[in-house]
Amino acid sequence: MIPIAIGFALLLWELASRWSGLPAFILPSPAAVFNRTVRAIQDGTLIRHTLATLIEVLGGLILGTVSAIILGYGLAKSRTVERFLSPYIVASQSIPIVAIAPLLVIWFGPGRLSKIMISALIVFFPILINTIVGIRSVPDDLRDLMRSLLATRWQIFSRLEVPAAMPVLLGGLKVGATLSVIGAVVGELVGANEGLGFLINIGRGVYDTTLVYTAVIALVALAMTLFSLVVLLERHLLAWRDTGEPKL
Amino acid sequence: MNPTQDLLRADNISLTFPNGNGGLHVLDSISLEVSPDEFVCIVGPSGCGKTSLLRILAGLLEPSSGQVVFSGERLARPQRRIGFVFQQANLMPWRTAHNNICLPLELAGIAREEKQDRSRSLIELMGLQGFEEMYPRDLSGGMAQRVAIGRALVHEPDVLLLDEPFGSLDALTRERMGEELLRIWKAHRGTLLMVTHSIPEAVLLADRVIVLSERPARVVLNLEIPIPRPRSIDLTYTEEFGSLAAQIRGEIRVNVD
Repeated sequence: MIPIAIGFALLLWELASRWSGLPAFILPSPAAVFNRTVRAIQDGTLIRHTLATLIEVLGGLILGTVSAIILGYGLAKSRTVERFLSPYIVASQSIPIVAIAPLLVIWFGPGRLSKIMISALIVFFPILINTIVGIRSVPDDLRDLMRSLLATRWQIFSRLEVPAAMPVLLGGLKVGATLSVIGAVVGELVGANEGLGFLINIGRGVYDTTLVYTAVIALVALAMTLFSLVVLLERHLLAWRDTGEPKL
Repeated sequence: MNPTQDLLRADNISLTFPNGNGGLHVLDSISLEVSPDEFVCIVGPSGCGKTSLLRILAGLLEPSSGQVVFSGERLARPQRRIGFVFQQANLMPWRTAHNNICLPLELAGIAREEKQDRSRSLIELMGLQGFEEMYPRDLSGGMAQRVAIGRALVHEPDVLLLDEPFGSLDALTRERMGEELLRIWKAHRGTLLMVTHSIPEAVLLADRVIVLSERPARVVLNLEIPIPRPRSIDLTYTEEFGSLAAQIRGEIRVNVD
């Protein structure tokens, strides 16, 4: 079904670029974009900038996820900590990321670090919430079971809380994976000297619209790949949820 | 160490849950004792605090007053030597049947080979061969509860506390599981204390039945069941069985009205 859907979209695009009468710098044909993409791959620009964005995205995703899980666990375990910190967390989330991206670029410089920070920031919230929900969803009876078996804190964490929270946590990671790409690109659009966001800026500046399209397609591919990787991870880790065997 | 014969004893246990108007009085100075290798059932109207009592006996819940004595010592927190079977099978859905059974051994740091040996014999005893690698979602209620009982027995506790273990099963499975429990008890020996709301189940299985009143629960009857073993489900049609059951039912009814 997916190849048909993509083919259909390409056909519509081709027809639109042919008959809409829009100039090529607004709506280039798929063929033109394809040629530009091939050229960008051949001269190495696309690979270089995709790689730069990928590093920022992964950095942001890892930093955001790890810090959100640590803080989320603390919040899930302690109502006091939660009451104290939640106003700050909610307030920080009401600031649009695009609005503070320039600030982060000033603070952390025009290099990769600022993009990693922006990406981490945007990834942080959904993972945090899902960690809290996941840890709180651990059934009381299973906690009692672990207590009755004299499980240590570490055993309760590793054998009960982590696996029990995993489905919800992976749901958060799915959202986080796509958001991390957005975060990195926002940072690159504000100020950078590499990355796909930077490439978009360049293309726009010199009216090379086909290059903008190329960069956008690369971004979509990047986000979809990340998302699919999380789905694969989910399938592997949560195999117990659906074994597909009949009930006996 | 222990002047009397009991393995597990409750001395004047009371329990009050704090709430708005003075607290919810659940248990009212309950005393009972269970001897080694005895099978005791606790029966009472639903909501009378049977589960709370069992949780106190397991060391999972602190009584408001009174104490639990386990093999001569005051029980302050859970013990490995006290096994617990929950109302729902309470399995870890991400673990296979085999790995659920192994959990207590794993937590106690038992070596791999010994773990394998013990879990294998438990799986055999529970009639779970062929189900080892299944996840809980693929097990029926009865099978899941077998795994849960296997898990409670795998580290060979001195006493097994069962909280309405068959409560969520259908009537036929329930009867089968009762007979299975007797078989396991015979093979394994050990002390069983089971909460149930089924009077026939209690009379069929237990050496002694303890009847609790409505909340706040008191012990209103402590009845020996002199029916010789082995017992089978056909006993339920005998006169002796009927009169014992009637006695228990009468006591519950009197204390409800």
